[in-house]
Amino acid sequence: MTVTLEKLTKDIVPSQEMIPEYFRIIRTQKNTHDTFTIELEPPKNGFSFAPGQFNMLYMFGVGEVPISISGDPSDRNTLTHTIRAVGSVTRAMQKLKKGDFVGVRGPFGTHWPAEESKGNDIVIVAGGIGLAPLRPSIYHILSNREKYGKVVLLYGTRMPKDILYRKELEQWRARFDLEVLATVDRAASDWKGNVGVVTTLIPRSHFDPPNTVAMVCGPEIMMRFSVQDLLKRGVPVENIYVSMERNMKCGIGFCGHCQCGPTFICKDGPVYPYNAVKDIFIKREI
Amino acid sequence: METLEPLLSEHPFLKGLDPKHLQLITGCASNVRFDAGQIIFREGEEADQFYIIRNGKVTLQIYTPGRGSIIIDALTEGDILGWSWLIPPYQWRFDAVAGELTRAIALDGKCLRNKCESDHDLGYELLKRFASIVDSRLESTRLRLLDMYDSNP
Repeated sequence: MTVTLEKLTKDIVPSQEMIPEYFRIIRTQKNTHDTFTIELEPPKNGFSFAPGQFNMLYMFGVGEVPISISGDPSDRNTLTHTIRAVGSVTRAMQKLKKGDFVGVRGPFGTHWPAEESKGNDIVIVAGGIGLAPLRPSIYHILSNREKYGKVVLLYGTRMPKDILYRKELEQWRARFDLEVLATVDRAASDWKGNVGVVTTLIPRSHFDPPNTVAMVCGPEIMMRFSVQDLLKRGVPVENIYVSMERNMKCGIGFCGHCQCGPTFICKDGPVYPYNAVKDIFIKREI
Repeated sequence: METLEPLLSEHPFLKGLDPKHLQLITGCASNVRFDAGQIIFREGEEADQFYIIRNGKVTLQIYTPGRGSIIIDALTEGDILGWSWLIPPYQWRFDAVAGELTRAIALDGKCLRNKCESDHDLGYELLKRFASIVDSRLESTRLRLLDMYDSNP
């Protein structure tokens, strides 16, 4: 029997998930000096995702990168991504304009337990661009606000100029049903907000620890220390969720680039119950 | 006469303290208020007090030539401001400025130092409690040194 390359490829690669679709850019926005948001128009039938999932965005001729979805999950007609320009692909994406196209594969990965956490207090802890993958959860919780207890958003960045979604944060802070605390590592003397790492906000915020679900996203070192402070406050370990990040390539657990210990971040993550990854957090070899 | 003892006894920093020690501390306490922008103390000045912030906000600042004053920490309701009164040469290392109208309980550091010298149990209790604050501020400072929001996973 002859095995053609075409057949072999068909057998081992789930082709549909590997083929990007063209999405047209309908809006771009500069968020900070190195971060921008693009809004995409799905080609047909809208686009569904769960908060915390990510897409592979293809910059034709340059490469592909995994980017979390940062928009409203109830809006099927707009797909939003907030991107930090740090590599060749994302720097090229920064130059895209309204009307340009990017390739999209996804959505991939696990999601925040926003829906499953109804009836609980919610604490969202975000560091830097980690606010972007949490924003869909915030939208979901706010549009079902009466189904949750206290909702707290704690956000830390390096400096005031690094704060993402500044206007939206101000709107959220003005609400009576949401506690928003932001902090920066350092600031000039005209800064009126908090100064200190995001973990210092955990003891200051108001929630009922035993009945709280925590969603934490940011650099791993930030998540490690945030989890410690959440545990210190009395949040049950099984109620803490984190979002892991690795070098994701295929998005479907096929290539192995994002393997982290026994799991593939793209398929088994990026959102994990803390319990499932706590050993990986402190393993130097991984 | 109503004293600050009930307020002090409820504060997490002093909770569980032996009543006789609490009484000694209350003897060194007074209510203070700072308007927004008011300087509470300046770097280099004698550190003769510490404060339990009841409400408001205090920023710790350091003046850097060419860059002006940089905020290095912000303290709010319930936080303890100042431990230089406990450690020689008893001088403030930073500026403290009220970020907004701030009410606090001031504790006379000199008075407390003397009481700690004559009552080592009180001294040890206070030192343990301050060590815990120093520890958490040190951890926070170390995390900031990592510049963690800028790092990859």
